Amino acid sequence: MSTITLDTVRKVYAGNVEAVKGVSIDIADGEFIVLVGPSGCGKSTLLRMIAGLEDITTGEVKIGDRMVNNVDPADRDIAMVFQNYALYPHMSVYNNLAYGLKNRGMDKGEIDRRVKEAARILEIGDYLDRKPRQLSGGQRQRVAMGRAIVREPAAFLFDEPLSNLDAKLRVQMRVEIKRLQRALGTTSVYVTHDQLEAMTLADRLVVLNGGNIEQIGAPIDVYDKPASTFVASFIGSPAMNLLDVKADGNGLSLAKGAGLSGANAKGKDRYTLGIRPEHMEEVAGPNGGDGLLLEAVVNVLEPVGAESYIYASLGDGGPEIVVRVSSHARHEAGEKLFLKVAPENAHYFDADTGRRID
Amino acid sequence: MKKVQFQSRWLPYLLLLPQLAIVTIFFLWPAAEAVQSSFYLEDPFGFGSTFVGLDNFTDTLTSSDYGRVARFTAVFTFFVTFLSLGIALLLAVKADKVLRGASAYKTLLMWVYAVAPPVAGLIGVLLFDQHVGPMVDFFAMFGWKMQIGVDYFDTSFAMLTTAVWKQIPVNFIFFLSGLQGISKSVQEAASIDCRSGLRRFWTVTFPLLAPTGFFLLIINITYAFFDTFGIVDVIVKNEPGNNPVTLVYKVYLDGFRGNDLGGSSAQSVILMAMVFILTIIQFRLIERRVHYT
Repeated sequence: MSTITLDTVRKVYAGNVEAVKGVSIDIADGEFIVLVGPSGCGKSTLLRMIAGLEDITTGEVKIGDRMVNNVDPADRDIAMVFQNYALYPHMSVYNNLAYGLKNRGMDKGEIDRRVKEAARILEIGDYLDRKPRQLSGGQRQRVAMGRAIVREPAAFLFDEPLSNLDAKLRVQMRVEIKRLQRALGTTSVYVTHDQLEAMTLADRLVVLNGGNIEQIGAPIDVYDKPASTFVASFIGSPAMNLLDVKADGNGLSLAKGAGLSGANAKGKDRYTLGIRPEHMEEVAGPNGGDGLLLEAVVNVLEPVGAESYIYASLGDGGPEIVVRVSSHARHEAGEKLFLKVAPENAHYFDADTGRRID
Repeated sequence: MKKVQFQSRWLPYLLLLPQLAIVTIFFLWPAAEAVQSSFYLEDPFGFGSTFVGLDNFTDTLTSSDYGRVARFTAVFTFFVTFLSLGIALLLAVKADKVLRGASAYKTLLMWVYAVAPPVAGLIGVLLFDQHVGPMVDFFAMFGWKMQIGVDYFDTSFAMLTTAVWKQIPVNFIFFLSGLQGISKSVQEAASIDCRSGLRRFWTVTFPLLAPTGFFLLIINITYAFFDTFGIVDVIVKNEPGNNPVTLVYKVYLDGFRGNDLGGSSAQSVILMAMVFILTIIQFRLIERRVHYT
């Protein structure tokens, strides 16, 4: 167990492609950090630099108090779980788990004890003699986890470990990973492009975009106060509605189209306004009060079971928005809606930089 | 595999006919002829033949000359196979790690593949030429005066070197594609699990290359047995005398130089039996070959 410190870490590939542009993160001992972002945002590169599988162009990576930039991956005291499991196909499950320990010259009895213990925790004791190809996807995933925990490393590194599993198994393993990490208390860095996985697993989220950190914070803080339009649209499903708005002495209106009214809260003349789908309340008509009022026409109602989503257009050629309503709501295409948004649920972003305005 | 139903039951046979005809004309028929003539003593001038039963075989197998050639062939095959596989594997492992200029490097290593065996033999002869050969000059610096065609060991050495050189590209191509077929993340997982690159190679990379290795082993044994004919022929320059020759070359010598068609046929039947056994081993291995997924 150990802290991990990244200090302005940069990665420049041949051809001057900058994959990671000066990232600094302090990871506390025992913390579960999730690096999340779209593909190409540099999250995997960053993880691989911590693992030692990629060279660090500039900056420093420390595990504990030790600077590990030039330390061999095998000596960094980390264990990694790969997306495709990366099990050794020619070795039995037992040997897959024991391989790393044998290479460290560990005593046979101790190896056996650790392998059996990991097998017990992960419930893979029955297949210790099998080869990886005789296992199902979920079982292989467990073996990959087992290979990480037998090492009792300073940190676990997860590189999209659940993306090869089917949806049901993914949810199950997600819960197990979280429980296991809590039980072992091992510092973990987890890479995913799935915002739901990121939200549910993380102590702290690191949202990456184009090699830069967009925001670091507890999942709920990131959700409640996204630092930029990128974070706002990336975290949460369906995504936050983002509307270009203008403001003047008469209040707020859409930059294009009609159907939005409200007070100018922030004293600028242009914003990007963000509203989460669940923060719009249906009202009978324009009845004043504070907050924003939206007028929209229903296009489609999409029931997903526990709730339904309305896709509706704001008036006079305005943009389409998504509204979350209860699953019992009945709406027809063409129906007119009045939607109210409480002032605290309206997010304002700078129209040019996309950064949050508080 | 999808099964195709033919309209006419004769069509499949018709489609197979060209292949069957080639096999029959160029393999089965000559093989049958060889088996037949191995039981006869042929008159060198073609005036008739006498049935001698197994005499040709007993003569062949008991002759000290045949034993000598068989021993040389065994040693030659062992070294050609071992060295060409070993060197090719080393080169493939190194080439696999090259990032810049990889394709140029690979092409350089592969072009020898396009050289025909007699031409390779000729290049070998030039390299080891008594008067102008750079290899002879090179070894002379270390006090080794090579005499190709005169000294048994020196001639074997030149033959072996040329044969190995010729075979490396084939093995290299197979090993390289085998290496590139090994999952990158498995190798990365190993680099986290094991510090020593050499140990990693023997415990992870090498076992995963084993299927390729088995296949190449058989290919190389066959090569050393048969395909080195051209190299042997050019290097011994039709002057077998005391020079090392392989079993296949001896079949040719006895049959076409010595006009002992019966004895030569008996030798080729023995070789056929060896190939047959090798083929069985190969199929057994390939069937039992572990398929890693």
